[in-house]
Amino acid sequence: MVIFDNLPLYFEAFLQTLSLLLLATLFALPLGVVIAAMRISPVGSLRATATVYTEILRNTPLVLVFIFCFVVLPILGVVLPFMFSAVLALTLYTAPFFAEAIRSGVNGVPVGQAEAARSVGMTFGQTVTLVVLPQAIRSVVPPLINVMIALTKNTSIAGGFFIFELFGSGRRLINANGDQVIAVLVGVAIFYLLITIPLGQLADALERRVAIKR
Amino acid sequence: MKTRKTLIGTAAFAVAVALTACGAPGSATTGGSTSTSAAGAGPYDLAVVESPTFEAGTTMAKLAEAGTITIGTKFDQPLFGLRGLDGKPVGFDAAMGSLVAAKLGIPFDRIEWTETVSANREPFLQSGQVDAVIATYTINDKRKQVVDFAGPYFVAGQSILVLDGNTEITKPEDLAGKPVCSVEGSTPAANIVEKYGAVLQPTDVYSKCLDPLKNGQVVAMTTDNVILSGFVDQNPGVFKLVGDTFTEEPYGIGLPKDDTAMRTFVNETLQAAYDDGTWARLFEQTAGTVIPVPTPPTIEQY
Amino acid sequence: MTSVLYDVPGPRARVRARITSWVTGLIVVGALAYAALTLGEKGMWDASRWMIFNDPLVWAALLRGLLVVVQSALVATVLALLLGMVFSLLRMSSHRIIRIPTTVVLEFFRGMPVLLMMLFILLAFPGISAFWAVVSALAVYNGAIIGEALRSGVVALPKGQREAGLAIGMRPLQTRLQIEFPQAFRNMLPIIVAQIVVLTKDTALGYIVGAVSLIREGELLGEFLGRQQYFFPIFLVMVAMYLALNLTISTVARQLAKRRGVKVASVVQDESLSALT
Repeated sequence: MVIFDNLPLYFEAFLQTLSLLLLATLFALPLGVVIAAMRISPVGSLRATATVYTEILRNTPLVLVFIFCFVVLPILGVVLPFMFSAVLALTLYTAPFFAEAIRSGVNGVPVGQAEAARSVGMTFGQTVTLVVLPQAIRSVVPPLINVMIALTKNTSIAGGFFIFELFGSGRRLINANGDQVIAVLVGVAIFYLLITIPLGQLADALERRVAIKR
Repeated sequence: MKTRKTLIGTAAFAVAVALTACGAPGSATTGGSTSTSAAGAGPYDLAVVESPTFEAGTTMAKLAEAGTITIGTKFDQPLFGLRGLDGKPVGFDAAMGSLVAAKLGIPFDRIEWTETVSANREPFLQSGQVDAVIATYTINDKRKQVVDFAGPYFVAGQSILVLDGNTEITKPEDLAGKPVCSVEGSTPAANIVEKYGAVLQPTDVYSKCLDPLKNGQVVAMTTDNVILSGFVDQNPGVFKLVGDTFTEEPYGIGLPKDDTAMRTFVNETLQAAYDDGTWARLFEQTAGTVIPVPTPPTIEQY
Repeated sequence: MTSVLYDVPGPRARVRARITSWVTGLIVVGALAYAALTLGEKGMWDASRWMIFNDPLVWAALLRGLLVVVQSALVATVLALLLGMVFSLLRMSSHRIIRIPTTVVLEFFRGMPVLLMMLFILLAFPGISAFWAVVSALAVYNGAIIGEALRSGVVALPKGQREAGLAIGMRPLQTRLQIEFPQAFRNMLPIIVAQIVVLTKDTALGYIVGAVSLIREGELLGEFLGRQQYFFPIFLVMVAMYLALNLTISTVARQLAKRRGVKVASVVQDESLSALT
């Protein structure tokens, strides 16, 4: 059985996919928070910058973002290790999606909460950090996890850009086992599902808990 | 530079033709070969057999009857199959396709070209979406279990491309533990990892390897010598090939399995082209701009 | 823009905000200008690189790719919306025998990269063309996601909606289709439109099965003309084309929503903050 014969290869690729996911989340989440904050801030140019950035990144295919990081940046004199560039591309692309998830969570907090905080004299910073965000986090986590699920799948694009990850392992094994293509791909799918299904379950469970609390 | 100049020249010429005469696309791909006046002779100046006869019920008879053939080829391999601006591929694979088509009475502009990538070659042959695959397609035993091969029509070999000034790497053994770029899921990539212990930096298009090689992020790229030669030629003074080829990659024409009549027909067509010099002429006209014309390989009978 | 989060700024705060605004604005513009200048130094704006766009055949190739994007996105969107409704109906079925297998299958569809699904479909259904392999993979994958969105839209509706429907004698399915779905669809419109934009972008992945859409066309142009020399201008034009296409989709969707008098309610309260913007 081709899957068991090649478990070490699958595993190596799986680890690479996992580290792409974790590193990109690590950087994209704070960036997403910053973008979300910029988009609700009172400073015009911050709002505009964040909006334009979001619009461009969300409407451009990820492949083109990868091309930007791997082809255009070196032209600008920025030559980074492959893994860096791949994480950078995934981070740039994913951050606006995180920001959207956060923003919709913030919007889910009843307006009265913010009004109450403001009326007792809290500043913008206090209102956001002490009142709105703690409540928003509960409803924000499920959509954030959904973005992570999408990110997991998006890491497959890195296979075309010098990183050996799960989808690449599939391609490598297909070439060596042309007679068992379906089995090879089922193996790849199982490893993706090892990440995405637990994440999905987690999101569902949290969603249910939030729903009950409301 | 030669190749790119001729290609751009060709493109410019194609535009000129298209603008002035609405000429048949592809007719300009040989640049100056204005002698091909006969309708359908195409860019490779091949005599199209007029209403050929085949035994009823064979694939050849069906194709000749339909007057068209669908050929899967690579769109991104310099010298062998590179898609031109008009949508028709240019190169030695395309020439081989035209050769077979001409024998079936099908002119160049009636050939349907489909891009075949590594994922769809076998499925497309098995399901009959393409009649043949001519795509720097190495004959090997695993593939023979699902498809048939005519040919080989050319024997390439794996080689290594490095920066011009590099003196450290002279043979594949020197790549052990070093970052090397190649296309994931290709045989040369598997080779360099499994036999020589290189660290593969995988990509999906060979030309994507060139920037990291220039930037020093990989020390070499590897694939078949003919493809690498194209890159040396496109970037004069930047890259060089090192050492001899260290594998044999016989390129065959992929055909649906168990169509012996069709395989015999294609083999005979190739043999005839070997014998009368057409094969050498086609090679000279395409890949021969960079690589010396070899002697034709021996057709594999099985 | 007024917000409950901060006071209507007074004169001092306005000045401060304006200064911050100008400073950050200048930094952003400066960074962009620096990038543009560096690119210029490397000769990226040289006319010789851009002259390829004088060639109608180059535009023909790019537009051919764009057409493939539009065609496959259009067909896949229609199928994905239909599948999404079916999926969510099955997922909310009152019979366990239907609900549980559907949930498992949907998890499977949602958890796989669409790239992998394209390959799967191509290999598992012999005879399927590259175009249909791409379209059906996109339809199934996005159908699963739209289905989930619709379901959570229905779940978020007040119970009374369904009860009222049943109380006036509508059958359960009728209630779903005529009362709950229209509202869920409206509430989830931002998510659904965002998903359609994702779908449109994902058509680029068809290269894996040999479907030549815009990005593949651009790459092939680069291969033919000389990647080193011409890929940068082609890249920029492709980005512009995708932006134009996807922003059009978002705008049209917003316009449609507005004309129908749709109020984006409850889930995303502030329309200007929804995923549509």
